[in-house]
Amino acid sequence: MNGDTVILEARDLVVRRGGAEVLSVPEFTLHERESVALIGPNGAGKSTMLLSLATLLQPSAGDILFHGSRVQASGGDTSYRRRIAMVFQEPLLFDTTVFDNVASGLKIRGVPRDEIRKRVGECLERFHIDHLADRSARRISGGEVQRTSLARAFATRPEVVFLDEPFIALDPPTRHALMVDLAQVLRDSGSSAIIATHDQMEALRLADRMMVMQGGRVVQSGTTAEVTAHPVNAFAASFVGMENVLTGSVVSSAGGMLTLDVAGRTMEIVGSGSPGERVVLCTHPEHVVVTTVDPHHRTSARNVFPGTVTRIVPLGAVHKVYLDCGFPLVASVTAHSLAELGMVPGSRVFASFKATSVHLYRKG
Amino acid sequence: MDLILDGIRMAWHLLVTLDKEVLAVTLLSLKVSGLATLISLVIGVIGGTAIALADFPGKRLMVSVVNTSMGLPPVVVGLFVTIMLWRNGPLSRWEILYTPTAMVIAQTIIAAPIVMGISIAAIQNLPPDLRLQILALGASRRQMVWLLVREARLPLMAGIMAGFGGVISEVGASIMVGGNIKGYTRVLTTATVMETGKGNFDTAIALGVILLALCFAVNYLLTRVQQRERPR
Repeated sequence: MNGDTVILEARDLVVRRGGAEVLSVPEFTLHERESVALIGPNGAGKSTMLLSLATLLQPSAGDILFHGSRVQASGGDTSYRRRIAMVFQEPLLFDTTVFDNVASGLKIRGVPRDEIRKRVGECLERFHIDHLADRSARRISGGEVQRTSLARAFATRPEVVFLDEPFIALDPPTRHALMVDLAQVLRDSGSSAIIATHDQMEALRLADRMMVMQGGRVVQSGTTAEVTAHPVNAFAASFVGMENVLTGSVVSSAGGMLTLDVAGRTMEIVGSGSPGERVVLCTHPEHVVVTTVDPHHRTSARNVFPGTVTRIVPLGAVHKVYLDCGFPLVASVTAHSLAELGMVPGSRVFASFKATSVHLYRKG
Repeated sequence: MDLILDGIRMAWHLLVTLDKEVLAVTLLSLKVSGLATLISLVIGVIGGTAIALADFPGKRLMVSVVNTSMGLPPVVVGLFVTIMLWRNGPLSRWEILYTPTAMVIAQTIIAAPIVMGISIAAIQNLPPDLRLQILALGASRRQMVWLLVREARLPLMAGIMAGFGGVISEVGASIMVGGNIKGYTRVLTTATVMETGKGNFDTAIALGVILLALCFAVNYLLTRVQQRERPR
């Protein structure tokens, strides 16, 4: 999806608040037509980074370069801000019609009236809100408000779009529908995008690259496939969908295989380590297999644990099954399998996973 | 009751027959209070917006002073302006005491804090991130301020209405700095006071009714402007 040309760059970006460093990013690059997701919990510095890059926040130190030229921070550089767009968590629309809201960025740029009409019409259509053009922005639903906000951002044909958790206040169906449309618009428009989110699915759906942030720092950066498959630590793992994060200690090590003690249970994991060493184990729920009969003789998985189903959360075609195996474990099971196995909370089951499906990190 | 009905009847008669004196008094009321409101609008909206958007030491104190000034007693304002313009006062060389100009000055001092106080509240009441959103749309600082004022237009118009209402109905300052001179500085409120003092209740009621009708007409027009661009 992305080109080779670096469009936006930040060097040694630091933001301090009340003496504390809330953001420290030594290096950041965004390529043409590339989408980067900043993923992390609240307070990780995602919004601060977006505001800094959009020059809406004066960084304490560092440079921001757009097409190789330094941009003036703190909102002073209108020439830069007129080539970017930002969508906030809370879409603040003006007290006027949907059409006028979408047109507002173009009016600010002094675009001729006919061109405004054309571009606004296109954007309203792209985000499926053309029927709301004359409606007051105060009288539309949350999803429509966010669609208007996105249309307003894309109407200016920005080179870079900053999206600060744009779906956070939306219900799942609305969020899903809007995400599909946004992904399409991003593809069609050719704009680069930086998306702050704490939702792994959003990141996977919209971004080419992922940056995991914690405490104002970038913990890991790479393609979405790299970060998802090989998170560098337990924190990154928890943010890329590895819901099973367990702590244990190495019992023995032989032939690239570790025997671990986790809550009194023995596990065999591919990796290296020294006996007594404290480790963190992470695995995706998709890698945990749940059966109602003991699979010891039918599976190649080395780790099989009897347990009890504590909770089942339906998520459409897939259900999250929460297990107590002496340690907590989460498995993804299809609705079909769940029905076939007749699993309900309280069912006695067996959970298994392969020695290769677990990521291991040194603790501390 | 008869007194009131007679008064209303007389008001109607004075209006229908286009009584010259009443017309002159009404027009002067409108001119003095309208001009004072217009000047207050400029001072109040610009000053209020600047105070609301700027961060400076003593901001809270300044907002408190403006808010307190929203309730300035007209007689105190009248006294202050009279002293300033008195023959040996600091502004005596202007020689405008007992003129409509002095009345406009006094009424501006009454209305400007009302418009300013409501402007400060209106701008401060906008979502804090709206400024960032406007800047993110590519606006310059000047465009941002204009868009914020436009966004706060409903309460700002309410401020203008309150300012006009405050000065069209005041009597203390007008009588002190204008002197209620027939054909020159006599306005609806001062004329009403005078007619009441003389025991001409029907004329006083007639003037009162005209004053009420004038207030209603002006506020109706302002409300139309306020609500005009609101989409449905």
